Amino acid sequence: MTDAAATTPSRASPRAPLGAAARSLRGYARWRWWELALFAALPLSWLLLPSQALLLNEIAIVALFAISLDLVLGYAGIVSLGHAAFFGFGAYTAALFAKDVMPDPIVGLVVAIAASALLGLVTSVLILRGSDLTRLMVTLGVASILYELANKLDWLTGGADGLQGVVMGPITVPFTALKGFDFDLTGRTAYAYTLVVLALVLLVARRLVHSPFGVSLQALRDNRLRAASIGLSVPLRLVAVYTVAAAIAGAAGALLAQTTGFASLDVFDFHRSAEVLLVLVIGGTGYLYGGIFGAIVFKLLHDLIAAWTPQYWNFWVGLFLVVLVLVGRERFVRPWTWFGKGTKP
Amino acid sequence: MTTVLATRSLVKRFGGLAATNDVSLELVRGARHALIGPNGAGKTTLINLLTGVLEPTSGTILLDGDDITSLAAHKRVGRGVVRTFQINQLFNALTPLSSLALAVSVHRGTSSRWWRPLGDDAAVAAECETLLARFRLAEVMDQPVHSLAYGKRRLLEIALALACRPRVLLLDEPVAGVPEGEREEIFETIDALPAQVAILLIEHDMDLVFNFAKTVTVLVNGAVFTEGDVQAVAKDARVKAVYLGEDLAHG
Repeated sequence: MTDAAATTPSRASPRAPLGAAARSLRGYARWRWWELALFAALPLSWLLLPSQALLLNEIAIVALFAISLDLVLGYAGIVSLGHAAFFGFGAYTAALFAKDVMPDPIVGLVVAIAASALLGLVTSVLILRGSDLTRLMVTLGVASILYELANKLDWLTGGADGLQGVVMGPITVPFTALKGFDFDLTGRTAYAYTLVVLALVLLVARRLVHSPFGVSLQALRDNRLRAASIGLSVPLRLVAVYTVAAAIAGAAGALLAQTTGFASLDVFDFHRSAEVLLVLVIGGTGYLYGGIFGAIVFKLLHDLIAAWTPQYWNFWVGLFLVVLVLVGRERFVRPWTWFGKGTKP
Repeated sequence: MTTVLATRSLVKRFGGLAATNDVSLELVRGARHALIGPNGAGKTTLINLLTGVLEPTSGTILLDGDDITSLAAHKRVGRGVVRTFQINQLFNALTPLSSLALAVSVHRGTSSRWWRPLGDDAAVAAECETLLARFRLAEVMDQPVHSLAYGKRRLLEIALALACRPRVLLLDEPVAGVPEGEREEIFETIDALPAQVAILLIEHDMDLVFNFAKTVTVLVNGAVFTEGDVQAVAKDARVKAVYLGEDLAHG
């Protein structure tokens, strides 16, 4: 990609050509070919795989959830074992809103996002202090508290039976003539709806991570002492990213509740938090798309193994993870390097 | 001469040990001030107190006459008090270019922008360009910091501090680990800073200290041992004894 406009008037230096830094700096945020391919693949998957819409919808929701965790873990370096707190909060908010207030999905989604963001803002103070171990326990604790609240407040949440009979209205896109898309049994409307949300979140998150704010997150992940020593307020930035991530996780949860018409305690369960962490381990952290690749591999693996040997799914996914982590993702996705000389990246 | 940064009876105790013991220090505008003393004299502790990394047990720190004793570390940077570290503190996964661009965007007040890319600001890029050229980092500007050679990382350490546009610059052994020939170059860059910038330097190489500093404070066991004009301190027999004593202890 050539960028003629990138040459800015700057002092000529003997060693670098004029504007080299400006060109490089712009290049960091440039669209890579595989990013464009990925964005093109999203609508194609809807068109070409209509019979798989239910599975794809699940994958897209997990991917969205994983992108949220990536912002916190991959970019800001905050470990969490309780990210399902926000996923579940979004799911219950959306389900309750549809049941008790109004069935419009988009209004419900916005409400769920706002509620989850608020929860993220409030709980972010808990992750500011302490070590990684403290944060693992605190996040785990928050998710457990919400799980138990959803269990006990059965007059509101349906308790252990979950919230049943959530009926969603048709999708009406605000400010346009697009309306009347009913959720159907094939899941195609649901998948289209989830895809649009996923694409929008990706676009916003992409801008975010390339912005000064996004780079500052990576800086404080690498070295908090130095981040403060160049004048960055570390706590404020952690609060901000935690809130944004909570909003995205809430959106993922809301999409699950809306597209399945159901919210149960399962959305707060520990396995959700662990699963999204696995997805990121598989897909890789800190480059935004790890959640998507991870979700695809994880779900396909799950379906493949479950169809072949339903009882031993955990065994095989465990083996896969051990091999992946031992070999290293970089090498794992480059089979041609497996039998060469052991040159580490 | 106007005092920029001052301490009044600053004390920092770690348990029973007074790492900083009743230190009153003044940095005037444009100071070229060296802080010397044997190992364990409390030089780095003093810088940690001045920058807000540590909180003093008692005493006050004044910046332009304002009490900043309990001001958060990052806010002191915003007011122009900037440091370098004895052991490199860098952003390993970033590149030199993005590290510098971030530091520049902080002092330009644009580091909280979250919608436009970091590279959109031509003024930031231009400042980075100058810094990269001055510290001979232009060739490696796009490589991850963790992959750089030690010498380049050391240069980035100092470039990052200068990217913050310091009014008071605290240099903690800036040429530690830098080969003999390249030390002069780093000091030339430091010397080229605007004359009104106040610089406090911790350094063990006495030749560099006596070439650079106008004023010298000698710290021993956390307390000010003596302070004065560089010529006077250089001739002070007691200062020689302090260092000699240390040398004997080490030898």
